[in-house]
Amino acid sequence: MNPVLPRRTLLAGAAAAPLVGFGRRARAQANTLRIGVLNDQSGPYRDTGGTTSAICCRQAVEEFGSQGFNVEVVTADHQNKPDLGASIAREWYDRNDVDMILDVPTSSVALAVAAVAKEKNKVHLNTGAATADLTGKACAPCIVHWSYDTYMLAKSTGGATVKAGGTSWYFITADYAFGQQLQRDTTAFVQAAGGKVLGASPYPFPGTTDFSSFLLQAQSSGAKVLGLCNAGGDTVNSIKQAVEFGLTKNGTMSIAAMLMFITDVNALGLDIAQGLSLTESFYWDLNDGTRAFTNRVKSKTPNNWPNMIHAACYAGTKHFLKAVAGLGIADAKKSGKAIVDKMKSMQTDDDCFGKNTIREDGLLLCPAYLFQVKKPSESKGKWDYYTTKVTSPAAEAWKPLNESGCAFVKA
Amino acid sequence: MFMILGYPAPLMFGQLLLGLINGAFYALLSLGLAIIFGMLRIINFAHGALFMLGAFVAWGMLQYGGIGYWPALIVAPIIVGAFGVFLERTMIRHLYKLDHLYGLLLTFGLAEIIEGLARNQFGSSGMPYAIPAALQGAVNLGFMFLPIYRGWVVIAAVVVCLVTWIAIERTSLGATLRAATENAPLVQAFGVNVPRLITLTYGAGVALAAFGGVLAAPIYSVNPNMGSNFIIVVFAVVVIGGMGSILGSIVTGFGLGVVEGLTKVFYPQASATVIFVVMVIVLLARPAGLFGKAT
Repeated sequence: MNPVLPRRTLLAGAAAAPLVGFGRRARAQANTLRIGVLNDQSGPYRDTGGTTSAICCRQAVEEFGSQGFNVEVVTADHQNKPDLGASIAREWYDRNDVDMILDVPTSSVALAVAAVAKEKNKVHLNTGAATADLTGKACAPCIVHWSYDTYMLAKSTGGATVKAGGTSWYFITADYAFGQQLQRDTTAFVQAAGGKVLGASPYPFPGTTDFSSFLLQAQSSGAKVLGLCNAGGDTVNSIKQAVEFGLTKNGTMSIAAMLMFITDVNALGLDIAQGLSLTESFYWDLNDGTRAFTNRVKSKTPNNWPNMIHAACYAGTKHFLKAVAGLGIADAKKSGKAIVDKMKSMQTDDDCFGKNTIREDGLLLCPAYLFQVKKPSESKGKWDYYTTKVTSPAAEAWKPLNESGCAFVKA
Repeated sequence: MFMILGYPAPLMFGQLLLGLINGAFYALLSLGLAIIFGMLRIINFAHGALFMLGAFVAWGMLQYGGIGYWPALIVAPIIVGAFGVFLERTMIRHLYKLDHLYGLLLTFGLAEIIEGLARNQFGSSGMPYAIPAALQGAVNLGFMFLPIYRGWVVIAAVVVCLVTWIAIERTSLGATLRAATENAPLVQAFGVNVPRLITLTYGAGVALAAFGGVLAAPIYSVNPNMGSNFIIVVFAVVVIGGMGSILGSIVTGFGLGVVEGLTKVFYPQASATVIFVVMVIVLLARPAGLFGKAT
């Protein structure tokens, strides 16, 4: 016998591996609701989503208790590959009776999964991806986008930076859906506020670790602001190297990290990160509710405290479960749209984001916060990193509905 | 202002220098790979993971033992090199008689395991590691602002590459080593313990990777994926330089760093691809690589 396995078989086996084990059990349990947490569990976005997202989702399930139906949470790693994400989504919805897919960072994967959800009329609650297209061009009646998007980041961080005198920009951009869109949205705000963009270096993602060449170009462009349209490890590396190359020395250039999480600040250390401005919709030390939530989960994820994605996994799951309970499990399992309609009809209420609403196009409208990273001397302990600078109320933080470009809303 | 190809000259000089700095990492890593392949005929896919391990050992020494950068530069390669010796003694040595592919698969699996364990333990966003106090700051070269640490990286890499090259090409130990790869039974007949020689060679190659890891720690974020970002490019460098050619890997490492740096100015989108374009052209024109001997 030929002992060599064909490559295709190996790949198919690897792709299916996360699904093994619950196929048989999944059938014929009409009384069980299934949530699938699909995200990056081994790559650059592992800490911003990853297992902490699943922990926060399970926390919501635990707190919800039993209300006449069982809830199961399953997880898988999409490895930031759109094809793999879509095939897991298909498998989950079709064969494993999963009712809602949660998280899904990486915009390219999110758009692929959203297309599958739309086709199957199943719920996709996105908390991890940035693309505003999830509630725009790619919107669907069964999709909810919770926590942040490119428009909100561009408006909050971009707008505030121009106001503070940062009128000329140079972008370093991850060259894929997310980076391009973030750059486009930020450019619009910069120009609307009277600023100008002097240049950009779109770099290949993933696989770029050295940004010094782009930093040097940014420096020689004479721009006042370095706009980083990237995320995770790339942002960390860019900032580390920008400081190393003296870009920020004597206030010559300021850095606007267009998407940055508390986990990235933790990776940089306050020595380097101090003074940076960034936007999140959640911070653990914002109010009594956020502190109470963090206290409940931090023992389960001691090295990775929740950021806005994790908080949205908790809050979104909670709201989803309330909607299912309100609708009745039998009706809920039939239609994703029915669940999302119910979610939109009820006000959200949770420890992380407070009381908010989900708009017609599926966008959660919550306040956005512009934070500044503390100096090492101001920080009282681990994870004490942010000072709140500007709070944008829910009504102003997001793209207006008439600009969203969501087809089914117009109809 | 003086222009080169439509770009201001200072910018171009700066880019050339940056290219050399990145090339220093490529050279250091591909050197280790070339030694291991040249002597053991093992395609060491675990090289990136061991590079990462070097950075993590340095970070751990500082975090848990308060031991700083300079001791780590010596100690971390020794610790990781010893780990390499362990891998060679327990696993890799069983594959010498088999096809190269088996070595590749084994080391690839090892890399996945090492990186997976590191991710599980430390997460993926990385750990901060500061530039040592003596090398902080920067000098103004007129055409660019050069961080002192980056200058140090180039010097350290050039010195280590030269020493390694001399040790292999110009000393009696190196001669024995080269003879052992040509004809192991004959060298053994002269009373040389060839298996031990091979074990130590693997350890030394791995130590080079770890040394690169410690050098990289203050510049790049110390995270479990840092090696896998480098490894594919470094393999391309080894192939272009000629598999197993020590000089080839050093020269090609620096050269490709410069090519990549210039691409980042003219067409940044292609900066990840340009090395592979060069690889295709070189392989078509000289299948054994620039410095390789056709076998």
